[in-house]
Amino acid sequence: MKKFATIVMIAAAAALLATACSKSDSSKIKVGFSQVGAESDWRKASTESIKGEAAKRPNIDLTFSDAQQKQENQIKAIRNFISKGVDVISFSPVVATGFEDVLKEAKEAGIPVVLFDRAVDVSEPGLYVSFIGSDFVEEGRRAGRWVLENVGENANVAELVGTVGSAPAIDRKKGFEEIIKDHPGIKIIKSQSGDFTRAKGKEVMESFLKSPEADQINVLFAHNDDMALGAIQAIEEAGKKPGKDIIIISIDGVKTMFEAILAGKANCTVECNPLIGAQLFDVIEKIQAGETVPARIPSQEGVFDSKNITQEVVDGRKY
Amino acid sequence: MKKFRIPMRYVPISATILVFFAVYLIGIFSFDNFGSPKVFLDLFLDNAYLGIAAIGTALVILTGGIDLSVGSIIAFTSILIAKMVSTGCNAVFAIALALVIGILFGMLQGWLIHCFSLPPFLVTLAGMFFIRGCGFIVSEESIPIQNDPVFNFIQNDLTIKLGKGLNLRFIVILYIVLLIIAIIFSQRTRAGRSIYAIGDNELAATLMGIPVGRTKIMTYTIAGFCSALAGVVYAIYLKAGNPLNCVGLEMDAVAAVVIGGTLLTGGVGYVFGSLFGVLVLGLIQTLIIFDGRINSWWTRIIVGLLVLAFIFMQNLITKISKSKSKSH
Repeated sequence: MKKFATIVMIAAAAALLATACSKSDSSKIKVGFSQVGAESDWRKASTESIKGEAAKRPNIDLTFSDAQQKQENQIKAIRNFISKGVDVISFSPVVATGFEDVLKEAKEAGIPVVLFDRAVDVSEPGLYVSFIGSDFVEEGRRAGRWVLENVGENANVAELVGTVGSAPAIDRKKGFEEIIKDHPGIKIIKSQSGDFTRAKGKEVMESFLKSPEADQINVLFAHNDDMALGAIQAIEEAGKKPGKDIIIISIDGVKTMFEAILAGKANCTVECNPLIGAQLFDVIEKIQAGETVPARIPSQEGVFDSKNITQEVVDGRKY
Repeated sequence: MKKFRIPMRYVPISATILVFFAVYLIGIFSFDNFGSPKVFLDLFLDNAYLGIAAIGTALVILTGGIDLSVGSIIAFTSILIAKMVSTGCNAVFAIALALVIGILFGMLQGWLIHCFSLPPFLVTLAGMFFIRGCGFIVSEESIPIQNDPVFNFIQNDLTIKLGKGLNLRFIVILYIVLLIIAIIFSQRTRAGRSIYAIGDNELAATLMGIPVGRTKIMTYTIAGFCSALAGVVYAIYLKAGNPLNCVGLEMDAVAAVVIGGTLLTGGVGYVFGSLFGVLVLGLIQTLIIFDGRINSWWTRIIVGLLVLAFIFMQNLITKISKSKSKSH
């Protein structure tokens, strides 16, 4: 009996020892990063970018933890990063609330915190040094500017809105409307939620194309690529040419959207970049060198259309 | 030749304590700062809510039942408190209301299980869905608790400062006190012994004149209270409520109880064991976070293997005890 318990324990100990071995090297910048989870392709690309970039830089010692989309795991991870004595903590919060205590603890321990991709809701300032992430309003503005420059002053826009109430849907709509409000020739004549999914995007576009205003629509603005890709199918099934009869513009910049643009079925995608690992570690290195960094750092993102998408760009796209 | 032998009933809990120290030693040898007192205290701080929930689960499992509503009650009470406090309600009243709801909900579940002879698994499964849904009715989004005098008092004045930046937080003290009460209750009171008797053999307990129904309803009521209190502790811990939190936490509590040496079929084990069950779960997670290179999901794999190992061990012990009692 006791023998059995001993065997189990030795096996467990051996397994743990095999995985956990090295003590850390003090000359490196120790970074603790807590990721939300692996819930989407976008998130996985973001994780790959962080891990890949850390592996490239010899001066970075990354401790990475996946919160499995649970806040309790994320708080434990941050608290353990503090105990471990990392130099900088960075994380993508699972939710905006509930991080105040643990952030105070980090501040008391003198460990700077950099938020990645999502913001937190805290009552006092100074609990984090900087927030790096996409500016959704700016993405909407860029889409609006592209329409202005490439379609002109007269456009009847159909809009596929993202999930109702989500920050990207609210902000992208806001940014787009901000640009077109001074141009009375550009009108949004249809607007409905496609829930950020391909299936819903197709369904809503079908209903747009059956409406009395169907023949007036000459521009489609989708809040993400998946909805735009669904809409392309709907447009083709209705006997129209996507990208020509209806100009298509969306946000995200995923590989399949690049392929659609290359094939002439869509026109433009505004990048929402998950590959901001390099930017993150640049900021961390600056913080460690004692330089001041801005409190809000927008991700480096581009606008892609038929002018800058080539086969090589598509092949080099990671997500 | 008399050899020193641990009595059979202490074997599982001794194994748990051994596993705990083994994992702890691995951590100390592998990582800088793992042995610091802060890591040890944080284990209690980060797992206080789980520990409190596991006390209720341990008692329910000792009767041979199960409670699946734990995580949902935690989410519901924490979002209820956050919602009430954020709308200007007194925090003490909000906490009291949350505890009363937990007690009544536990009592209702126990009553249904006893009076209609329904399987605890199904009744508490229904309860789990029901109360999780109620949490989303209160609020679909997470709500922060900011600048509330009661929460600030708990945070700042009810903390024992141990020096060197170490703090013994109120929720940790609460957990330890509740654990001691639960240990005394289960070992030293008539009601506590009735729980063991029912879990061991319900029919025999009935024939002996033990109030089976009353004891069962009482146990589920205690479990409801523990879950609600875990929710209160969670709200204090996060200073926020979120209806999405603690999904599947009841299974962590069951795992902690099983690793803590309690037999899933009831009647055998100690509430004290749940402490080490919770600490082992927390320690494995800490170890993997400290490592930071291996996939975080290994936590779950290791916990799964541990639970399996403990179930096998208990199975063996049950067989050995049975064959011994036959030979007598």
